[in-house]
Amino acid sequence: MKTILFAKRNTKEILRDPLNLFFALGFPLVLLLLFYIINNAIPEEANNTLFSIENTAPGLATFGTAFFALFSGMLVSKDRTSSFLMRLFTSPMKATNYLLGYTLPLILMAIVQSCITFISAIILGLPFTINILLSIITVIPISLLFIGIGLLCGSFLNDKAVGGICGALLTNIAGWFSGVWIPLELIGGVFKQIALILPFYHSVEVGKLVLNGSFSSILPHIGIVLIYAIIVYGLAIVIFNKKMHDGTV
Amino acid sequence: MIAIETKSLTKKFGDVIAVDNLSLNIHEGELFALLGLNGAGKTTTIKMLTCLIQPTSGDAFVLGNSITEHSQLVKQVTNVSPQETAVAANLTVKENLEFIAGIYGQSKNEAKQSALKMVESFKLQDVYKKKAKVLSGGMQRRLSIAMALISNPKILFLDEPTLGLDVLARRELWSIIKELKKDVTIILTTHYLEEVEALADRVGVMAKGKLVASGTVEELKQQTNTNSLEDAFIKLSGGTL
Repeated sequence: MKTILFAKRNTKEILRDPLNLFFALGFPLVLLLLFYIINNAIPEEANNTLFSIENTAPGLATFGTAFFALFSGMLVSKDRTSSFLMRLFTSPMKATNYLLGYTLPLILMAIVQSCITFISAIILGLPFTINILLSIITVIPISLLFIGIGLLCGSFLNDKAVGGICGALLTNIAGWFSGVWIPLELIGGVFKQIALILPFYHSVEVGKLVLNGSFSSILPHIGIVLIYAIIVYGLAIVIFNKKMHDGTV
Repeated sequence: MIAIETKSLTKKFGDVIAVDNLSLNIHEGELFALLGLNGAGKTTTIKMLTCLIQPTSGDAFVLGNSITEHSQLVKQVTNVSPQETAVAANLTVKENLEFIAGIYGQSKNEAKQSALKMVESFKLQDVYKKKAKVLSGGMQRRLSIAMALISNPKILFLDEPTLGLDVLARRELWSIIKELKKDVTIILTTHYLEEVEALADRVGVMAKGKLVASGTVEELKQQTNTNSLEDAFIKLSGGTL
C-alpha cells in the first residue's frame, strides 16, 4: 500500500512537469519523424535501409528510455534537497517502499513511451506483427539501467548537476554509442569498440532482433544489458540504503 | 508522564562528537525548545529522536519505546516538520495531506477526512486544490506542519518552523502552535529567542554537543544571573556579554 501511494505520488510529480512530458513522449517522436523524412529522401536505387522504420523504431524506443535517468535523478535529488525524503524517512516507510515507489512508475512510463513510439511507427508504415509487443518488453532491462543511474546520481548530486549529467551528458552518450543516430559501421575503429563495451548499442540490437524475429541471436546482447542493469541498479540500492541509514540522503 | 527520555545519548561522526552524553527528560504535553548555536548538536539530536540516524552509544525512549530497538513504533507516534518546508511541489495541498496520511496507515476515506480536518484547522481552504509550489512561504509552512500533524502524532518535532517568514505569517504560526500545545508534545528548535519566550514551557540549551542547562525561561535567567533570555543564552553558549 505504501509503495503504491509513493509510486502514485512520483507519477504525478513527473507527469505534471511539461518538460518531462516533452522529453518522455515528444522527443522520440520528433526523431522518428526526422528519420522518416531522411529515409524518404534517400533514393530507392541507393538500397540503403539504415534509416528504414524497421531500424529506427526499435532504436528510438530504446534510446527514449535514456530520459528516465533524468526523471529519476531529478526526482530523488529534489526530494533530497527539499527535505521531503527526510520527512518520509521519519515515517514508517521502509527501504523497499522507496526503491519500488521510484522504480515501478518509471518502468511503466518506459513501456508506455515505447508503445507510443511503435504506434507512431505503425502509422508511418511499420508493418504490425506480434514481435512489436515483444520488442516493447525489451525496453525493461535498459530502462532499469537508466533508472538506476538516475537513483545513483540523485542520491549524491543537486538537481542542476543531475540535469547536466543524466540529461545532456548521458543522453548524448547513449544516443551516439547506440548506433541509432549514426550506424556504428560508418565510423568503426575505437568508436565502435567503445560502443560494443557499453550497453546502449546492445539494447538497440535486442529491440531490432526481436522485431525481426531473430530470437536466437539476442542472447549475447541482452546478456550485456542485463549485467549492466543488475550492477548499476544493485549499486543504486546499496548506496540509497546506506545514505538512508546514515541519515545523509 | 515523561514523553522523551534520553540516557547518555551520544553521536560521533568520526572523531567529532556531535552529541555528547545527552540525558534529558521532556514531559508529555509540554513545548520544549532546544536552543544552541550552529553546530551545537540540536539537529543531530532531533535526527536521532526521529530515528533518522542511530546513536553511537546511549539510548532514548520515546513514549517508552527505544529508538535503537523499536524504531518503527517510535516512527508511528512521532512526526516532524523539517527546516525546509519539505512538501511535494507538484502535488496539491489535498494530495500532499492525503499522501502523508496514507503512508501512516490511514485508509483512503480516513485520509480524506483527516485532510479536510487539517485544512480547516490550518485555514488552507482557499488553496486546497492548488499545487504546493505556488503557495506563499507562510502557506507552505502551514501545509508542512499540517502534514506533520495529519498522522495524529503524540510527539511533534518542529525544526525552525518560522524561518524566513514575515512578522505576520510568524505570528499566525505562533497561534497555531499554541493551539497544538494542548494535544501534542512539541520539541521546537529555533534561533528566534522571542519565539521561545512566547511559546516554550521549558528550554534546553546545548553547546558543543552537551546540554548545558534546562528549565523555564525564568529559571535560566536566574541560573545565569541575567535579565533576558538572550543574555542567558549567550552566557550558557560560552559567549561574553
